[in-house]
Amino acid sequence: MGKIPKGSEKDHEGDEMCVSEKKEKQQDHSGVSRRKFLKAATLVGCTAVIANPSNASAYKEFEGWPDRYGMLTDFTLCVGCRSCEKACNEANGLPAPERSFDDGSVFNEMRRPTQDAYTVVNRYQDPNEPDKPVYRKIQCNHCNEPACASACPIHAYTKTKEGPVLYDPDLCFGCRYCMIACPFNVPAYDYDSALEPKIVKCVMCYDRIKEGGIPACADACPAGAVTFGKRDDLLKLAKKRIYQKPDRYIDHVYGEHEVGGTGWLYISGVPFEDLGFPKDLPNKPPIELTKGFLGAVPVVFTVWPALFGTIYAALKHRDELENNKTEHQVKEEGEK
Amino acid sequence: MSHNGTVARIDDFRSWFMDKLLMGMSWPEYMRKMLTPFNVLAAIILSVGIPVIGMRFIYGLSAVTHASHDYPWGLTLGWGLFGGVPLSATGFIMATAYYIFGFKGYKPLVRLGVLVGFMGYLFAVIYLLTDIGRPWRIYYPMLMGFGTASVLFLVAWHVATYLTVQFLEFSPAILEWLRSTRVRRWANMITIAMTIAGIILSTLHQSALGAMFLLAPGKLHPLWYSSYIPHFFLSSSVYAALAMVIIVSALVVRFMRKSTDTNFRDNLDRLTIGLGKGAFIGMFVYFALKLIGVAHDDHWGLLATPYGYWFALEMIGFVLLPSLVLVYGVKKESAGIVRMGAAYAVIGVLLNRINVSIIAFNWQMPDHLHHIIPPWQETAMVLAIVTIHILLFRWIVNRMPVVRKEPGYDEH
Ligand code: SF4
Ligand code: SF4
Ligand code: SF4
Repeated sequence: MGKIPKGSEKDHEGDEMCVSEKKEKQQDHSGVSRRKFLKAATLVGCTAVIANPSNASAYKEFEGWPDRYGMLTDFTLCVGCRSCEKACNEANGLPAPERSFDDGSVFNEMRRPTQDAYTVVNRYQDPNEPDKPVYRKIQCNHCNEPACASACPIHAYTKTKEGPVLYDPDLCFGCRYCMIACPFNVPAYDYDSALEPKIVKCVMCYDRIKEGGIPACADACPAGAVTFGKRDDLLKLAKKRIYQKPDRYIDHVYGEHEVGGTGWLYISGVPFEDLGFPKDLPNKPPIELTKGFLGAVPVVFTVWPALFGTIYAALKHRDELENNKTEHQVKEEGEK
Repeated sequence: MSHNGTVARIDDFRSWFMDKLLMGMSWPEYMRKMLTPFNVLAAIILSVGIPVIGMRFIYGLSAVTHASHDYPWGLTLGWGLFGGVPLSATGFIMATAYYIFGFKGYKPLVRLGVLVGFMGYLFAVIYLLTDIGRPWRIYYPMLMGFGTASVLFLVAWHVATYLTVQFLEFSPAILEWLRSTRVRRWANMITIAMTIAGIILSTLHQSALGAMFLLAPGKLHPLWYSSYIPHFFLSSSVYAALAMVIIVSALVVRFMRKSTDTNFRDNLDRLTIGLGKGAFIGMFVYFALKLIGVAHDDHWGLLATPYGYWFALEMIGFVLLPSLVLVYGVKKESAGIVRMGAAYAVIGVLLNRINVSIIAFNWQMPDHLHHIIPPWQETAMVLAIVTIHILLFRWIVNRMPVVRKEPGYDEH
């Protein structure tokens, strides 16, 4: 029991640190010394925690790391060659596939990322021109505020400042709540392993981009359907393409706002629902939806003991009065 | 001399063993007593289920579950965690009624409630251990990494703490069984603190189990997804607990009569009716909250869809109807009808949890209803755990003073 309040305190400490760090980063260029600012931010943070336990407002101002990377997939350009699948498989040392990467029969079914494939390409029909196939590449969307990370009780996920959302198998105990929470059904689980099962998903080729390279799938795409770059630039590029060829695209950049924005953006010539994208996703990050609940926790911890303690004391007192006991007698009994 | 001492000690141990573990019988007698139809059925279930559980740990989850990336949770958690925890609110409800609100008449049922609650949580953890990928890391949320923004983090902490609290609450029964007096006094002293801790932890994690689904708005059907879902889960757990106490106490009297005392038996019908009254009031509150939920999101239109019919069936057939059975039973002062209503209400709560965690979850997936049928291995595994749960419960009730007073231990 004693540990719980500590846990929830830590909760807010953690949140606060997070935000302070982010703020610090934003302020770096304005000449405030790192250390000083960090110190101040932590202090302010702690005061804020005391003053405002739910501390929801601090989050909303944070719009994500400014210079983070993202990807843009243009479904009007994708030719369904699966070069990206092959490149991803090789770059990440994944097991060889059952059917080779130029076997077109895979398109007869709908696939999804699995423990052996970070990304898959599926074929859909263009509702306007039934003969024309449309291909959709699926992989982790590297959300701005990832639901998977909000779900994980052990903090096995990190949204890196470079953009990729990474998972640490050394922490995971395999509850699979992240899979439940991911709005795009991305994380796969290695159910076949008895001893070291883990979550598997696209890592946006983190190691490559840290060394200045570009993700293998973007590199391999012969049609230029997958573009790597700063998310802000990609958003501009996506909008420019739609603006320049309004007949070719529907007027929507998927991922600009969905679930608070995703790192991977998409433009398409057919409505996204027809490509199996989830519809009716809220524009706010999923974590906003649980904040109200988590904010009530400290209240319960402080109000309940007072409330039920009082009820207990009051009823006990009433009983004592009913039994016609005087204060004195009660006291005597207590001493016995 | 020392030889005699050893003999005496062996004799002591034998009589202790027979008294405490074999309920005063000798081995052959005890074994003969064990040969009942129920035990034979239990043995059959276990002989299938336990090897399957073994397979899960040797070959991995894919050997016993669907191992689906789209359906990470199946029957094991839908039944064991989401269904089991609300039915285990019995400890917190009975202790609160008795110790805090002073419903002294319910005393004969308090220990039973605490035991059902404690074992319910214990087994919820056991279901969890069979279902998570690396159960030996179960303590990681407490030690290795703090997912403080995660509702599951809260659930993990609270279930672990509450399990301890419930063990302490039940410990007087264990100590009486072992005929210890000293520690028992101490255990009695902390009862009020434990009860209040129980209220805090229970209200939070009962509602948190619902709040876990708040993260998945696109996946849970909008009729079940609601920003009120924590309130739904909490309020339904209250009446689920009352109904569970009604059912379990009836089963105990019916099948374990020897372990009950006259005080328990004589009061049971009256108490059952009292609990039934509490239960139907709780069900009306829950029903009203659910209606407010639909109205708040303005989802009336969805009621005229297949999932809408299913939702309406759950609400009318499994909340409203059982509550009316309870009302009728209370009015007629018939404990029998109240018991039927209680069983019906419990089925309704289970249905709701299965709906939220399995049937209405991923409802937009192609071929959804086909995917949610559990494989036989998972079913066998769950049945085996249920059986062990019942056997352990029976073992405890037959030995420890749960539904009877232990001679020599007075009121507290
Ligand atoms: S797409 Fe899913 S797995 Fe990827 S970052 Fe977003 S929530 Fe996490
Ligand atoms: S499965 Fe692992 S990574 Fe996913 S939520 Fe559970 S502990 Fe975290
Ligand atoms: S970004 Fe890297 S890991 Fe992700 S799909 Fe492309 S190649 Fe695979």
